[in-house]
Amino acid sequence: MSVIVYLENWEGKFKKNTFEAAQYAAKTAEMMGTEAIGVTFGDISDDASVIGKYGLSKVINLKGGDFTEFNNYKVAAALKDVASQNGGDTYIISGTFNGKAVAPVLAIQTEAGLITNVIDMPSSTSPLTVKRSVFSSKGLVSYSTDVANRIVVFIPNSVGVTEGEGSAEMSEGSVSVGDVPQSNVTDVDRVKGKIPLPEAERVVSGGRGMKGPENWGMIEELAEVLDAGTACSKPVSDMGWRPHTEHVGQTGIAINPDLYIAIGISGAIQHLAGVSNSKTIVAINNDAEAPFFKAADYGIVGDAFDVVPKLTEAIKKFKAEN
Amino acid sequence: MKVLVCISHVPDTTSKINFTSDNKEFDKAGVQFVINPYDEFGLTRAIWLQEKQGATVTVLNVGRAETEPTLRKALAIGANDAIRIDADPTDGYFVAQQIAAVAKENNYDLIIAGRESIDYNGGQVPGMLAAMLNIPFINACMGLEIEGDKASLIREIDGGKEKISASLPLVVGGQKGLVEEKDLKIPNMRGIMSARTKPLAVRPAVDADHKTSVGSFEKPAPKSAVKMIDADNVEELVSLLHNEAKVI
Ligand SMILES: Cc1cc2nc3c(=O)[nH]c(=O)nc-3n(C[C@H](O)[C@H](O)[C@H](O)COP(=O)(O)OP(=O)(O)OC[C@H]3O[C@@H](n4cnc5c(N)ncnc54)[C@H](O)[C@@H]3O)c2cc1C
Ligand SMILES: Nc1ncnc2c1ncn2[C@@H]1O[C@H](COP(=O)(O)O)[C@@H](O)[C@H]1O
Repeated sequence: MSVIVYLENWEGKFKKNTFEAAQYAAKTAEMMGTEAIGVTFGDISDDASVIGKYGLSKVINLKGGDFTEFNNYKVAAALKDVASQNGGDTYIISGTFNGKAVAPVLAIQTEAGLITNVIDMPSSTSPLTVKRSVFSSKGLVSYSTDVANRIVVFIPNSVGVTEGEGSAEMSEGSVSVGDVPQSNVTDVDRVKGKIPLPEAERVVSGGRGMKGPENWGMIEELAEVLDAGTACSKPVSDMGWRPHTEHVGQTGIAINPDLYIAIGISGAIQHLAGVSNSKTIVAINNDAEAPFFKAADYGIVGDAFDVVPKLTEAIKKFKAEN
Repeated sequence: MKVLVCISHVPDTTSKINFTSDNKEFDKAGVQFVINPYDEFGLTRAIWLQEKQGATVTVLNVGRAETEPTLRKALAIGANDAIRIDADPTDGYFVAQQIAAVAKENNYDLIIAGRESIDYNGGQVPGMLAAMLNIPFINACMGLEIEGDKASLIREIDGGKEKISASLPLVVGGQKGLVEEKDLKIPNMRGIMSARTKPLAVRPAVDADHKTSVGSFEKPAPKSAVKMIDADNVEELVSLLHNEAKVI
């Protein structure tokens, strides 16, 4: 037995959730008394040895025409092949959009037990037992699987990472992908210079209280000083004030950053369902009765148009002094 | 063109979530059930294919008799017929096997499911189903056009989107963008009347196993009380975020 971990990269670069996956796999392997092997695809421009700081010593890089663009079936087939070459029975995948496209396919191809939406390290590895979030964060439940192969998909940023010592060795591998269903990526459109929401450690979010898209400048400025991503409530994206990809909540993206600042958002149950796992929540609202204050750690009752610029200045000042 | 829309029957988004006293099950008492919000986008997209491109739309649920009102609602929205597979949807693998059995018989050109069910948030069924049928699976699908046997799709990715082309048949895990919120079809009186007489077939489950089992449920730890800060003293917030919360 061994642990196989999908180390996703974005145009050759690793991100925090790659490290989180590496560490998850290394710790799981330790619990099982075995080794963990990372698998990454395409050309890597980052220094792959940094993966070692998160406990992995071995990374296999798969290159070639099959992996120049993302295809969930090819990634699944490759992970399966690496596992069969290395006695892998446990797969760790970060729940990014790509991770979620790979996992169910891999589960069928390896006849594995698949547990998704996981928020913690396994409490046992035999049978594999992990805690997962259900009902859009309104509940938690432990799941287990006792089949030979198993796949854990964890929610990015839910287990966290701590950098340690160590260095990983990266080697080129070869796999056979075989005949898989075809689909072709014809165009990739990634917003440049912005932090994608699922991996943002800090998020500044605006609601209908912002009155109109022309007022988002102050949200973006606050986000910039905090090195944060920007998000919005559902009506804001429905009205076209902000792109759909910023819509958080039960029917948008579920996030769990270290800091979530909600500005002019009432705190409807469907909104909270996607953000309540944030470690620290700040609500800024001119209505003292806004439900968001019940879900927040810190609250300011006030007019966003007054409070937000002041807060941005205060943070700038703090950063300059520290 | 034959389109299958997989409908998950889930608690309304405003539901308070409670578990039975032994924490072994979700407590359904007093809970209103609806079509999974992600499936609503897919259903409306399918009805457009029916209206504009002559598709026939079948809706399907794996569940007990209690889910029939949800299927009737989908019929009222415009689906041609419905199938209920009479079984408790124990896990994603079990449900996918049930749907795969129906799909193998009926050769659908397109299977639309949702990105995830808002109850168990599995995000498993559509991808498993696609893999069982060995056809493409496009998750987080926010755009879908069909021409002949070709599909062009838009898929959400981390921090953006990508365009994909593929041949039918395929499975999508749909979400907003397939149609917009304002386009979502709601049943009208005529639809509700005609839904009563549309076919709703009940089929027994095929033999299938499950690969995961559920332990005990719990509620997340309650938040401690909010600390209110004066609007004229944002510096205090900055210092709390630094010293107490340690997030800046
Ligand atoms: C099936 C379903 C799914 C849904 N999914 C989601 C989801 O995923 N995400 C989501 O966000 N919503 C979702 N909703 C919608 C949700 O119910 C709320 O309608 C929505 O979250 C409200 O958005 P809001 O807080 O921006 O607007 P409002 O509720 O209008 O709140 C605006 C807030 O701004 C405050 N305000 C006004 N002016 C100022 C000012 N000058 N300064 C400071 N504060 C001010 C007001 O006091 C108020 O609290 C869903 C609804 C349904 C039915
Ligand atoms: N019991 C079910 N019956 C029919 N379709 C389902 C069922 N469960 C899940 N699905 C479909 O699969 C999608 C993803 O569900 P899940 O994998 O449970 O998160 C849903 O949006 C539905 O389209």
